[in-house]
Amino acid sequence: MSSVIIVILVTLGTLFVLLSAIGLVRMPDTYMRISVNTKAATLGVGLILVGTAVFFNDLSATSRSLVIILFVFLTAPVSAHLIGRASYFMGVRLWEGSIMDDLRGKYQKNSYILKSEIDDTPEDNVDHSKMEDK
Amino acid sequence: MTLTDYLYYVILPILAFSVLLIVYRFIKGPSIADKIIALDVLITTGIGIIGVYSIIHGRSTFLDTAMILALIAFLSTVAFSYYLEKRNRKK
Repeated sequence: MSSVIIVILVTLGTLFVLLSAIGLVRMPDTYMRISVNTKAATLGVGLILVGTAVFFNDLSATSRSLVIILFVFLTAPVSAHLIGRASYFMGVRLWEGSIMDDLRGKYQKNSYILKSEIDDTPEDNVDHSKMEDK
Repeated sequence: MTLTDYLYYVILPILAFSVLLIVYRFIKGPSIADKIIALDVLITTGIGIIGVYSIIHGRSTFLDTAMILALIAFLSTVAFSYYLEKRNRKK
């Protein structure tokens, strides 16, 4: 009975990891790749580790795998936010098919402050349409 | 087909194939941010592979390695993005 549960959990987790790898190759844009990997890969690894927790079924191994799941679920959004912010400042462009860029002109280039509206100092704003290609 | 056979002949090849796809993006990646994301996902997939291995061999000691890898993945992503912003600021 427990091996059926393990097979279902591990298969679902592997499918999510495979889908995140396909998304990493197929997505047209850095920000979309960040989004895919934060969600799908984290969920896939979480399901596989729940499968190991069901398999070992004793306190030390189960608590270890639950701690890994907690750690991955806590740190994945933080690292995704940090790398997305850094790549926006670097001037990595959005996909041409994107409809709008909500952050356009709102980050300040030198002080790194995020303003809620476009102010009257346009030379300090981070604007991808005015940056050279990277 | 036992659980070990299923994991060994079905699950591990699929995980290895996704690792190949991620390595393709790691080599190709147009910007440096793509490479850092690919590295992060590579380590996350490695945690999954370690979990499957610990089921196959029945040893829960492998999970310690997975914990350390999760820590290293987070710290390396934070450090890379910090230094990318810093390099950008100096220009």
